[in-house]
Amino acid sequence: MANQDKTRLLSTEHLIKTYTMGDIQVHALRGIDLNINTGEFIAIMGASGSGKTTFMNLLGCLDKPTSGSYILDGIAVHQMSETELSQIRNQKIGYVFQSFYLLPRTTALENVELPLLYCKKCSLHERHEKARHALSIVGIADRAKHFPNQLSGGQQQRVAIARAIVNDPVFILADEPTGNLDTRTSIEVMAVFQELHRQGKTIVLVTHENDIAQYSDRLITFRDGKIISDRVNPSPRIATDDLMNLPSLDEED
Amino acid sequence: MSIFGIIRIALKSLTRNKTRTFLTMLGIIIGVAAVITMLAIGQGAKKIVEDQVNSMGTNVIMVTVNFMQSSSNVRQAAGGGTLLEVEDVEAIRDNVDGVLYASTVYNTWGQLKFEGSNWRTGIMGVDADYFFIRDMKTSQGELFHASEVEMGAKVCVIGKTVADNLFGDVDPVDKIIRIRNIPFTVKGVLEAKGQNVMGMDQDDTVIAPYTTVYTRLLGQRWRNMMVLVSAKSKEAIQVVQQDILDLLQSRHRGTTSEVFSVRTQTELADTANSVSNTLTILLASIAGISLLVGGIGIMNIMLVSVTERIKEIGIRMAVGAGKRDVLLQFIIEAVAISIIGGILGIFLGFAAAKIVGDIMKWSVAVTPWSVVLSVGFSMAIGIFFGWYPASKAANLNLIDALRYE
Repeated sequence: MANQDKTRLLSTEHLIKTYTMGDIQVHALRGIDLNINTGEFIAIMGASGSGKTTFMNLLGCLDKPTSGSYILDGIAVHQMSETELSQIRNQKIGYVFQSFYLLPRTTALENVELPLLYCKKCSLHERHEKARHALSIVGIADRAKHFPNQLSGGQQQRVAIARAIVNDPVFILADEPTGNLDTRTSIEVMAVFQELHRQGKTIVLVTHENDIAQYSDRLITFRDGKIISDRVNPSPRIATDDLMNLPSLDEED
Repeated sequence: MSIFGIIRIALKSLTRNKTRTFLTMLGIIIGVAAVITMLAIGQGAKKIVEDQVNSMGTNVIMVTVNFMQSSSNVRQAAGGGTLLEVEDVEAIRDNVDGVLYASTVYNTWGQLKFEGSNWRTGIMGVDADYFFIRDMKTSQGELFHASEVEMGAKVCVIGKTVADNLFGDVDPVDKIIRIRNIPFTVKGVLEAKGQNVMGMDQDDTVIAPYTTVYTRLLGQRWRNMMVLVSAKSKEAIQVVQQDILDLLQSRHRGTTSEVFSVRTQTELADTANSVSNTLTILLASIAGISLLVGGIGIMNIMLVSVTERIKEIGIRMAVGAGKRDVLLQFIIEAVAISIIGGILGIFLGFAAAKIVGDIMKWSVAVTPWSVVLSVGFSMAIGIFFGWYPASKAANLNLIDALRYE
């Protein structure tokens, strides 16, 4: 299904990131060459210090590379100014973070609307419509008026996913999205990602948990700032099946 | 993103922490209210002085003799120096161009008696011109005439306070009262004028012909007089003033210009105004300081707020907020606090000014420019003190902000 559409989404060429900490130079990334096509579901793995988070920051246009090129959706992102980058982040990329990063004292709906506030095109009505639609995609439309502290971890992460997809980005970048969740909720969240993937979304998942990575189609492993393996996952696990096989625990909230 | 969108975001952020927003606002509210109240009080004082000066009459010039300083630095009592005389008044009236009226004014005190009632008050001896200079009218009876002044008739007109205290419900007209035991016929009661700047009751007075006062009440004891002159027009005042001075100097040989004091209504008004202006500036600058302190309060809270919301700023930047958006959001938050605080302060200031006015019985006036000034000032404070925290927020590193715990 993902292989039907083979258009190039992004490509990096010899991407290098070096941090200077005092006198010491830290080589976080030592030349990454990677191509990602539209419709792929990729898991980036690696231990801490392997450079996967740095790579994710570059991929998400949250940071700029020291050298090398990064072409996203035909745009040379590595040459752009900060203002232009904020537009790219707004239009092209959807983020899901480990600790959800929802605004406190702000309803789920308003949290989902957040990216739309920073793009010029949307009217107020359109914003509500799009946000409600995104919430219904992740299956928590009924919690639109709730505040983050009134939602469970899984629900909060769904709100975050809804926020990531509300602006219809070219790919979704998920940084350890299950890191703060228990097993069952983790699989539920992975089911949401797989459903989005089935609908044609490109997803880049950063994780250090092998179990979670197994839900993706392509596994990329980082070590010491380099890609040490890049292989297709021959038999991705299906989250919805796993959920059914899970021993039924007492229902949580 | 549009400016309206950012305003919406900023206002929303403010409503998320209502208590803190209000407490921050309080500094501005009190500051603006203080400025407005103080300016209103100053304005009220000025108005009272103006009313007072105007109530003296139109184009009035006052001529008095300065007490001379002797070499021993002791002020000489009346009679020791040059004194104005009735002939001087006539000379002024007849020889100075542009003089409409001129009147002798003697001041003394005395006990009044009518049947069983007693009242002690100031007694003025004046010419009939005095009523025209001061623009005085009677509410009952009539004024005395020039012929009565010439004759030294024992007549008088009384102020409303005197009438109330001496006569109660009785009609005072044509009654005979005793001033220092000398009988005077009351010809009329003057229209009420109210209090003057010093809080003195202008209606607590008895006015009689100066001739009568001079011969019957003063005797030879106290002859210092004041001359009240009214000029034909406002423009003529200055010339008249100088002419009077020259005339008096030529009539009293060996005197210098310092001996006589020829003051106009405007000079009095200017002096009084400069005093009330100084007072207003003093009050307003104290109030201004409290406004400044309120502004620093805003900066303080905004700085705390930026630190507290580093993560929020990171999230906003991650989903597409640019530096400009963040900068504007925080500045608008600061400006909104100061403007809303300013508006509330105006209402509070109005209320406070009204209460002060009621208590002090002043016509305290809030002027439009004091409102414009304080709102403008509080807005400037918002921008000025909001800028630093806002630029701090806008210049946060995105990744550091996101990872901030």
